[in-house]
Parts: sequence; structure tokens; C-alpha cells
Amino acid sequence: MSAETKKKTMKLTLPEEELMSPGHLACQGCGATMAMRYMLKGLGQKTIVCIPACCWAVIDGPFPHSSLGIPIFHCAFEAAASTASGVKAGLEMVGDNETTVLAWAGDGGTFDIGLQALSGAAERNDDIIYVCYDNEAYMNTGIQRSSATPYGAWTTTTPVKHFKNRPKKDIVAIMAAHRIPYIATASVAYPEDLVKKAKKAKETRGTKFLHIWAPCPTGWKSRPEDTVKLARMVVQNGIFPLYEIENGETYKMTIKVAEKKPITDYVRLQGRFRHLKEDDLKVMQDEVDRKWASLQKKLI
Amino acid sequence: MKKVMMGNHALSYGAMLARSQVIAAYPITPQTQVVELLSEMCASKALDAKFIKVESEHSAMAACLGASLAGARTFTATSAQGLALMHELLHWASGGRQPVVMGNINRAMAPGWSIWTDQNDSLSQRDTGWLQFYCASNQEVVDTVIQAFKISERFMIPSMVILDAFALSHTYEVVELPDQDKVDAYLPKFNPPFRLTPKEPHAFNALTSPDHYFELRYKLQKDMEKVPAAIEETGKEYEKAFGRYLGQVEEYHCDDADFVFVTSGTAGYTARVAVDELRKQGIKAGNLRMKVFRPFPFAKVREALAKVPKAAVVDRNCSYGHHGIFYQEIKSALYGEAKAPALFGYITGLGGRDITVEMFREIAKDTLSKPRPSEEIGWIGVKR
Ligand SMILES: Cc1ncc(C[n+]2csc(CCOP(=O)(O)OP(=O)(O)O)c2C)c(N)n1
Ligand SMILES: [Mg+2]
Repeated sequence: MSAETKKKTMKLTLPEEELMSPGHLACQGCGATMAMRYMLKGLGQKTIVCIPACCWAVIDGPFPHSSLGIPIFHCAFEAAASTASGVKAGLEMVGDNETTVLAWAGDGGTFDIGLQALSGAAERNDDIIYVCYDNEAYMNTGIQRSSATPYGAWTTTTPVKHFKNRPKKDIVAIMAAHRIPYIATASVAYPEDLVKKAKKAKETRGTKFLHIWAPCPTGWKSRPEDTVKLARMVVQNGIFPLYEIENGETYKMTIKVAEKKPITDYVRLQGRFRHLKEDDLKVMQDEVDRKWASLQKKLI
Repeated sequence: MKKVMMGNHALSYGAMLARSQVIAAYPITPQTQVVELLSEMCASKALDAKFIKVESEHSAMAACLGASLAGARTFTATSAQGLALMHELLHWASGGRQPVVMGNINRAMAPGWSIWTDQNDSLSQRDTGWLQFYCASNQEVVDTVIQAFKISERFMIPSMVILDAFALSHTYEVVELPDQDKVDAYLPKFNPPFRLTPKEPHAFNALTSPDHYFELRYKLQKDMEKVPAAIEETGKEYEKAFGRYLGQVEEYHCDDADFVFVTSGTAGYTARVAVDELRKQGIKAGNLRMKVFRPFPFAKVREALAKVPKAAVVDRNCSYGHHGIFYQEIKSALYGEAKAPALFGYITGLGGRDITVEMFREIAKDTLSKPRPSEEIGWIGVKR
């Protein structure tokens, strides 16, 4: 093929539109920031986002600045879902049935303090997209454990002598139990997959829940340049498989994993797991294997 | 149109006549009929509004704030525990300058569980930056809801319309319902200067440094200070349209009184009966009923009380470790005034114990028998 025809056939795999500007306040290698950028590529400008207390409440920039090209409602920590439900109802009453309403919360704002409001919105099937970007701890307040923190991890409230000894809460199963029309997991290492899911969520009516894997170099004690690598590894080693659930029942893998890798390499790249012994790693691996096997049974 | 209705339904009719567009509420005794009737009105299309059946009062207020910032007129109602659960969100409402109107049925705070009236629930929210209106009749409830929307939307400050549990919430009275077209003329469509819209993307409530926060709160207070005049002004406008005046205080025989009760809520009407009786016995009593608590009606209170040598503030609440809350506030409003009455403070009726005419007689006797008030709280009707 000539260089010219090659150029002609080159296809961008992501929408070109940029709704996130540089100048935001995120740390280097912040996965949550990539997650927002890709998500908005999928949703487009006709979107309103409700952001509760979390790193993103800071990342966007202080008043009177904002790094997003869409309207933002900075809301109370535990109120992302209920605020978004209100925005949707308000928009409809003023004649706007078009704008997508997005709730955008961290794992703490989703798995813990905001779970009640999220469950309420999901049970009502309010027409919102709820995204949880998961960095596995309360990072805004300085790396405290959340119920999304995995077994074995160090945080400032789970010191190495008492590292977290309970597994991560299964938020996707909780949401599936609400039988909402659309649930998906996504990772910042797979932007095409993420954007596709964003678009699907936008086209689906009712409550949509996206769980996005978003590494945090600051909190995980990993290298900023490893963010994408870590976000890919979790998919390949089965810690965070990428799939969709329709109506709480129909499970479909979107990124197939030919051969599931062991978790060791992934763990070794992060200071938060440095203290772990072989036995601890085995507990972690067993938990991953158990969840993986259980997922395989649900897949169509 | 005249209609016999309970106080709770008066709130619902007020919200309906104001053409509320989004209602998000959670049930709690004694507020339930407010939301029951509103959900019926929404279902039957008597009211073109969305009713979000949230899972908590916390979410109720959060949803109201979302809807309000999207540009919709928004109403909710709660009581006691529900109001306390909303507390954080009350600050979000006023700090975010969102004109939500909320009915609150005054109910005593648990424990022990009580569904009966006192004012500690709403008065605990004193410093959240909400306007607070205390009602004494179902007519006043309907009229106040409509006026609250008008004032709230003008200043972008939320309003609480407050009524006593059972004594008003479940008491049936005749109410003159204003005509819808006249209400529409009085209260035009909600059209906020800023709203959530992709056409003009703003970030609301963002992280605010010490360089800006102070000014935002300064402006809130400055606008609060303009509200008393606006209540008078919109009240006169309301009177012109509907024949009923809604002010900040209601004076009853204060002009020639030797002493007055200072009351709020339905106790204010019981006090008027006591005043009539006392006057028959030759005692020149009066009653000053506080209709607005926030912003505090400094001028009206000073003006009314300058005329009398003695006043007895009757509180159905207590700031534990201090005194009755209306008493504290009135005392501080009178401090340094050249003409101010000797101020007596009484607490009664906590947890819904009836406040009777007999109690007002007792208060009158106590006030009149003492040359000077003591620092001590006068407890009326307590078993010791
Ligand atoms: C009611 C309330 N409690 C606590 C806080 C303090 N707080 C702010 S952000 C945060 C943690 C957020 O964690 P997460 O949701 O995981 O988001 P991240 O910071 O990790 O992005 C906490 C505890 C708050 N703002 N509000
Ligand atoms: Mg987090």
C-alpha cells in the first residue's frame, strides 16, 4: 500500500472532541482524569455532571475555573445519585429531554456513603448514568480505606500491621440485583471499550451504572507511567474483567482474555502491597480465581 | 374557592397553586398527608409536576437542589428527624442560593420518640441560611407558601414554611383558595439567572478559596437583610390581589397593653383567647405573634415592644444550657434600645403538651406579680 492510501484509510478509534482541558489539578498519572476524558468523548457536550466530594471535586479546578466544557453541579458527598435524579426531573420540566445527566463519584462516594442514594435512584430506574471511578480508597482525604479497598492493601487507616483483611465489596453484583437496564465495567487502559460503553449508556433509558478502573499512583504508591499498564494488567489477570450486564441478567464479556495471568506482577508494581507475604498473595489470588469462576458461569 | 382542609393539605394546595414543577419528598408523621395529596395531584395531572419518591429526606433535598438548579420550581416537606437528616443539604441550598420551598411540621426530636409538636426541629436549623415562616392557621399556610416562593426566588434564598404538628397539621379549617390565574400573575414562572444547561456550561459550588468564600457569605447576609422590607412589600401586593396581608409579626391589642405575650405558631391564637379573657377582667394584655423568624424582624419587634412595659416570651422550644430560643433572640434584639419592656421568658408545651388558655393566665399572673424578670426560665405546666 502506498503511504497516501494508508493515510486515507486510517481511522480514529476515539471521538476527536475534547471536553476536558489541560490545566486541571490532577496528580501525574491520575486514572480518574483519563476516565473523565474518555467518558465525555462518548457522551458529548450535551451532558450535565453531578460531582460529589472526591478527587474530582478538586481536579476540575477551584471557583471560578473549570476544566470541563460541560455544566457541573458540585454536590454533597453522599448525594451524587439523588442530585442527578433531581437534575433529570428538573430538565424534563423545563422542556429539555435531550441532555444526558451523569453522576460521577469515587469509590467512597459509591460503595460507602452514597450507596443508599444510588440504590434509591436505581430502584426507581431514574434516567441517569452513574459512573464510579474506582481508585480503591478515599484519595481526596489522603488515602483512607473504603469498602472498595482490596484485601491486602495498605492505606493510612489500614497500616501494614493491620492491612485490610476483608475483600472488596462487590458493587456490580449489588447493582445487578437492582435489575437496572445497563451495567458495565471499564478500564482506562481500554479507551475504545470505555467510549463504546459510554455511548451505549447514553442510548439506554433508565439507570445505567459504569464501574471504571482508575489507578491512583499517589495512593497506590505506583509509578505515574504505570497507570495504563496497571489498568491493563487487572483486565488480563482477571482482577477486573471487562463486561456488560443487561437488565441485571445478561452478562457479556467485552474484552476477552485468552489466558488469565497470575496477579503477582501486578501486585509487585505497587507499594501498597509491598508488605504482603506469599501466603497473603495466595489469599488474594484465590479471591480473584473465585470471582473469575463465578463470572464465567454467568456469561452467555 | 372556599374549602375545608387540614393544615397539611393547605401546604399541598399552596405548592399546587404555586405550580411547583418538581417535588421530592419522604414520608414522616405528621407530614404524610402533604406528600400523599401532592402525589395524587401529580398523578391526576391537577398539578403538572414530577414527584420523585426518594428513599430518604437527605435524597429529597438533594433531588430538590438538582431540579432547582436545572431551572424548575421545587417543593418538599418534612418534619423533625427528617429535617435533621437534611441538615447538611440545608446549607447546600442556601449556600448554593437555591430557592427551594419546604414545609416543615414542627415535631419534637427523639428520643424518646415523639410525634407531637415543639419547635426544636426547625429552630435547630436557625443558622442554615433559610427563611423561616411560622404559621398559625391553614389560610396562612396556603398564603405563606405562595409568598415564600415569591421572596425566595427574588433573593435566591430557600424558605421553610412551618406549622405545628396536629394543632395545625391535622386541624381542619376553612381556607379561601386563591384563584389560579391571580396566583400566576402574582408569582410568575421561575426564571433563574443561572442554571445547569449545556448551552452555557458553568461549574456550580466548586472549591472556593478564602479569596472568594467570604464574599459569597457576605452577600447572603446582605440579601437576608433586604428580606424584611420585601416581605412587607410583597405582602401588600398579596393583600391587593387576595385581600389578606402577610407581615412579619401580628400585633393583637399591643397598642394600649400593660403587657404582651410574645408567641409563635398556633400558641399565638390560644394567646389571643387569653388576651380577650384578661381584658374582660380589666387586665390590658396583648399578643405579639412572630410570623417570621429568619430573617429576624428586628424593626417590627422593637416597634411593637417599645409600646409596652412588660413582655412575656412563650417558647415551645429550649436551647439547652441557655433559654427559650425566641426569648434569647428577642432579648438580644432589644439590647441597648431606649424603649424596651421588662422581658420575661417562659418555656412550655415541649413534646406536644397542650398549651392552654389557663397556662397563659398563669404566665400573665407571674409576669404581672414580679417587678423585674429573673434570669431563671419560667417553666409552665411541667410536673416537678
Ligand atoms: C459528609 C462528608 N463526609 C466526609 C467528607 C470528607 N471526604 C471528602 S472526599 C472523601 C473521600 C472520597 O473518596 P472517594 O469517593 O473514593 O473519591 P476519591 O477521593 O478517591 O477520588 C471524604 C471522606 C465529606 N466531604 N462529606
Ligand atoms: Mg476513591
